[in-house]
Amino acid sequence: MTFFKQAGAIFWKDVLTEFRTKDALTSMLLFGLLVILMFHFAFEPDSMETERFGPGLLWMTFLFAGLLGMNRAFAGERENDGLQGLKLAPISWGAIYLGKMLANLCFMLLVEAVILFCFALFFNFDLLPRLGWMCGITLLGTLGFASIGTILAAVSMNTRMSDVMLPILLLPIALPVVIGAVESTAAIFTDPPGEALGFWVKFLVAFNIIFITLPLMVFEYVLEE
Amino acid sequence: MVDAPVVRLDKVEKWFGRTSALQGVDLTVQPGEFLVFLGRNGAGKSTLLRVVARLVRPNSGSVEICGIDVLRHPEAGREKLGFVAHTSFLYRNLTAFENLRFFARLYGLSDAEDRIHKVLCWVGLENSAQRTIYGFSRGMQQRLSIARATLHDPQILLLDEPFSGLDLEASELLGEWLESFVANGKTVLMATHDLEQGLQSARRWAFVDQGKIADELSGTDADIRDQYKRFLKEKRRDVF
Repeated sequence: MTFFKQAGAIFWKDVLTEFRTKDALTSMLLFGLLVILMFHFAFEPDSMETERFGPGLLWMTFLFAGLLGMNRAFAGERENDGLQGLKLAPISWGAIYLGKMLANLCFMLLVEAVILFCFALFFNFDLLPRLGWMCGITLLGTLGFASIGTILAAVSMNTRMSDVMLPILLLPIALPVVIGAVESTAAIFTDPPGEALGFWVKFLVAFNIIFITLPLMVFEYVLEE
Repeated sequence: MVDAPVVRLDKVEKWFGRTSALQGVDLTVQPGEFLVFLGRNGAGKSTLLRVVARLVRPNSGSVEICGIDVLRHPEAGREKLGFVAHTSFLYRNLTAFENLRFFARLYGLSDAEDRIHKVLCWVGLENSAQRTIYGFSRGMQQRLSIARATLHDPQILLLDEPFSGLDLEASELLGEWLESFVANGKTVLMATHDLEQGLQSARRWAFVDQGKIADELSGTDADIRDQYKRFLKEKRRDVF
């Protein structure tokens, strides 16, 4: 229980800091909206086109917007050596990971909600009948991405050109979650939902279990000097 | 009867790649001692403190804090420690109160509000509690950093160049706080390259060189100044 309280304290600190500065949220949101807007003008898609490339477009926007936020995940800890302060506290360093991962997840979900709404608006896409599934898949996909992204943000934090290093490390490892998220989204974009939906949702659940448990176990070694 | 040591290091070695940072360090510190590690930049003083805090895992040797093996139980060991460095470990977009409340939660303090109020009064920042530390001067940040480090009433305070960047008044205040901390039976370990800062408050001085405690200095302030200068001169001769 103490572990979750400590993770909760770190989560709350990150949320409070972000809502004061709005550094990550602003850049993520602007980037996401610009991509949706640019694709809207580039393609002017009909409903068939939206079904075909909509899932890919949505998830690419989610992921690249998420990357911007992920790069900021440990930036606040670099100022005044905040990470040292966290490491000096009598807590499992896994709680640092969990708190930061939940904060990243929260920011990404907020931005994705806005992007999804704009996507439906600009692409004349009827989201309402699929809203439940869409929320579930977005949550699963984002959870997987945030769990890998947070640990890799910690790894890349102390490297030269960490902003460049993070996508180079993250995108190949996150490929399974991208495939799972795009495929399951594609399955719900058709009416009725495709048969593959069940498989890809299970795939995402399994991926999340592995990629939340593993970083919790190895995060101590990532922060170790 | 001699008290059990609060800090005990036994043959501690630390390597960063091929560079040896600590070479077989043995150290015993009793409760209520104020020990200063003196030495040039890169001598291994900071690494030594970081090993005690278990921020760095030594390659070999053992480290005990208040009888706790910190290599096996780092969290239990850190509970006994407060750490003040030249950086504050604080979040500039949070207020002084929010910063302390955050650390109080991490330390699982049940009477957080009372303690925060107490330490803020102690460091003279009670009127700035609701200000974000963005606008704090270096001295104010360092005072808040001391409040953060002592919030959980640690047995041992580790200080890594805590006077760096402080003006005269803030330095004097910090010196007074450290003396009152030791007067309460607590232990202080401080790393500095500034002999005069070390002389002001410490009772015991150790000269760190090339990752080893090369010598322990003793006597009057003048004696220690002489020994320290002689030591530095010898080391310079070794280099050239």
